[in-house]
Amino acid sequence: MARMKFLCDAERCIECNSCVTACKAEHDIPWGVNRRRVVTINDGVPGERSISVACMHCSDAPCMAVCPVDCFYKTEEGVVLHDKDLCIGCGYCFYACPFGAPQFPQTGAFGVRGKMDKCTFCAGGPEPDGSEAEYVKYGRNRLSEGRLPACAEMCSTKALLGGDGDVLSDIYRERVTHRGRGGEVWGWATAYKLPPNTPATQGVPVAPPAPAAPAGGTKS
Amino acid sequence: MRLARFCTVMLAAAAAVMLTACGERPQVINYKQGTYQGKPDTPPYDAQYNGNRQEWENAIKTRNQTQNEYKRTN
Repeated sequence: MARMKFLCDAERCIECNSCVTACKAEHDIPWGVNRRRVVTINDGVPGERSISVACMHCSDAPCMAVCPVDCFYKTEEGVVLHDKDLCIGCGYCFYACPFGAPQFPQTGAFGVRGKMDKCTFCAGGPEPDGSEAEYVKYGRNRLSEGRLPACAEMCSTKALLGGDGDVLSDIYRERVTHRGRGGEVWGWATAYKLPPNTPATQGVPVAPPAPAAPAGGTKS
Repeated sequence: MRLARFCTVMLAAAAAVMLTACGERPQVINYKQGTYQGKPDTPPYDAQYNGNRQEWENAIKTRNQTQNEYKRTN
């Protein structure tokens, strides 16, 4: 098996935030912590694009390099996880991460940093799989149940894909082949390969049909 | 003679001090991953798949294909 990866298709993401909601619900994530976020570029402008962002489980993860207590590890499947018992909440990983993935629960009136929390690719952490301790610290371990991350499986438009990187590449390749074009265009019709000249393709409402002319013609 | 030697030494020392700023060091960060110090973790196929990695991988691959609507609808 290749490495586990996320892939977000910006052509399809409609900024519904169901991935964010699914993640929060699945892992019972506290207020103020967002393991996943939807980022929109040029919001409100025609051509806007949205993309769902969380920990990208980097091959050469900067968070692992900067952690002073070395609480990060990488599983055989390429998922970057960490040990919360070891984390001191220093925040170095937050500064090192280009995606803003590490999150810190704001406990107390002055925003005291707690232990770091981040996307686990629904793979839990260094506690017995499926245990209560694992759920409390890291959330549900769906991967050990033979399931994929909740965010990707919940995605309504299947913009967010998660799983084996090779399979994701195949899915995306097939999708682009069906579209007939690459990522340079945007829109529902392009993303879902509607027949040309359908109303959705034009992006304008359909005009009602004109009333039929009365039989016998008009009098002048 | 002694003064000349003193001046030479002082000039050499001054040159060494002034030229230290001219040295170039590589500025590309070379990440060095630390060694994990926390608790060991078990592979995901240990608990529910009784260590059967192949079975787990097949389950994940099947699950992965449900994200491909072209295969789901055809």
